[in-house]
Amino acid sequence: MKIKTIMKSIRIGAGLGFYGDNWEPVAASIERGGVQFIASDHLAELTLAILQKDRQRDPSLGYARDVVPMLMKLWPLMRERGVRFVCNAGGLNPQGAAKAVLAAFQAKGWKARVAVVSGDDVLPCLLDQTAPVEAFAHLFSSAPVAGVRDRLVFGNAYLGARPIVAALDAGADIVITGRVADAALFLGPLVHSLGWTLDGATDARDLDRLAQGLTVGHLLECSGQGSGGNFGSQGAWQAIPDLAHIGYPIAEVWEDGSALITKAPGTGGRVNFDTVRQQLLYEVHNPHAYFSPDVVLDMGGIQLLDEGEDRVRLTGARGGAPTDTLKVVAGFRDGYKAEVTWGFSWPDAWDKAQAAQATIRTLLKDKRIPHEELYVEYPGLNSAHGALAPLPKPDALNQSNEIWTRLVLRTSDKAAADGFGRLFPWMGLSGPAYTCGFTGLHNTSELLGIWPTLIPRADVEAGVQVELLGDGA
Amino acid sequence: MSTVRIPLVRVAHARSGDKADWVDFGLFAWNEAGYRLLAREVTAERVQAHFAPWLPGEVDAWPLPNILALKFVLRGALQGGGARNLRLDNLGKAMAGALLRMEIDVTQDELDAALAAPRVGVWS
Repeated sequence: MKIKTIMKSIRIGAGLGFYGDNWEPVAASIERGGVQFIASDHLAELTLAILQKDRQRDPSLGYARDVVPMLMKLWPLMRERGVRFVCNAGGLNPQGAAKAVLAAFQAKGWKARVAVVSGDDVLPCLLDQTAPVEAFAHLFSSAPVAGVRDRLVFGNAYLGARPIVAALDAGADIVITGRVADAALFLGPLVHSLGWTLDGATDARDLDRLAQGLTVGHLLECSGQGSGGNFGSQGAWQAIPDLAHIGYPIAEVWEDGSALITKAPGTGGRVNFDTVRQQLLYEVHNPHAYFSPDVVLDMGGIQLLDEGEDRVRLTGARGGAPTDTLKVVAGFRDGYKAEVTWGFSWPDAWDKAQAAQATIRTLLKDKRIPHEELYVEYPGLNSAHGALAPLPKPDALNQSNEIWTRLVLRTSDKAAADGFGRLFPWMGLSGPAYTCGFTGLHNTSELLGIWPTLIPRADVEAGVQVELLGDGA
Repeated sequence: MSTVRIPLVRVAHARSGDKADWVDFGLFAWNEAGYRLLAREVTAERVQAHFAPWLPGEVDAWPLPNILALKFVLRGALQGGGARNLRLDNLGKAMAGALLRMEIDVTQDELDAALAAPRVGVWS
């Protein structure tokens, strides 16, 4: 039996913020940041859609494959310092991810205890036609799931910190989960190390500590966005130094829940009141009821004290008891898109782009190509801010050096999407003059609608498993 | 007293994010004087009207005076969500920039005070 050491404080560092993020900054947190844990979030809402396509092609896939090269680089640094690693790179196939990691470790002669957390896949529940009509209604629109049921491709519940705590309590060096609440990747190690009450936490002290831990997780789950990356502003972002060597955020968290957000010395980026609060509100709806499986967070009392030198003190998060439902995000097939980007140069660039677009609309009609929408935007003019971007008058646009048009066909007919790009090349010789670039001849992809909903907690938690693979060093 | 019309970018910074089909914004004043202007001028109704020509959808707003910030959620902004959205900016990452284009009316004194007051965050 393991005896848990209760520490006064621990330090935890951010891993990735999405599938495809840069892991090099994590090395600095391990080598110079004094962390005991790294927690790494590989799953944005739509990442499971990408993983689902992988799994369709090869049933051994379906996980975030970057976890293997990431650990090949970072594990030697972590092992040397006793740093443990928690991630949700398992995606739709946590066992597959663990096997891939262990196979790569074995080839190097490395050993590690890898825990696999599974049980978040609730697609069978969503597919069950005998479920009551109101079950799994859309969380925002309340539409019934029956309208998309036959097109669902994945459906996963957001698990909480509990199985991660269990895995760490059992001595795992590496924990690989599927879908869990992003912040739970961080809350798990905090509960494990600081001896916080998670199960049945009802008194204010316990819930407020969990709320602090959840806030820490939320501040760290998007890697560089918590330390000066993607800092939206005019004239201020330039004062965030050396993003090429950005340090991902690190939190030191004490037993009482108080926390310090910082980053490794000698790294780029900036941790201050402004960069931290941009991340605090990121992808939050009601800030007084930020739901998670472990605690409901109220940000209304949060204080962020900027101590300078990349140190921000976090206090005042308040917690409420979690609900008896878990959030589910499912994805459903919703047709196809094919996109083309096409440029015309001065003179008369705008008019030529309009004439070419009119020709394409004529062809779509002549050939009766089935589609629901032809979406058009002009990169460099309005693709970022749509109708809110002030456009020059046509005369001025005609004096532009070049005009780029992006045309996207949305259709439920895959053949129509596949043929879209082939409507264009002939115009290189037989259309308006001075076309200066064309991409998208073969460019079909499947569209996936997102279906957020709720599921009774008990239906999911009974099936959650923690499995320990591999052996210790 | 003279009134000036300014874009929010003069006195605020912002980040946008996506959840399914809804985009959400954090809007931040640099100091207390700036926050008073944002809290008075940047209401849910005004944000909804600002986005209406492009993204007509209901807006919810929450003030967070403890961090000198306002939180907004704009419904139905993402064409059904990131994996279905046909825009180049399918996740609405640049939409915070569109919020910072929004114009508000303040007095010259109020603007001067907001620009003169030091930032709460440490930038040195």
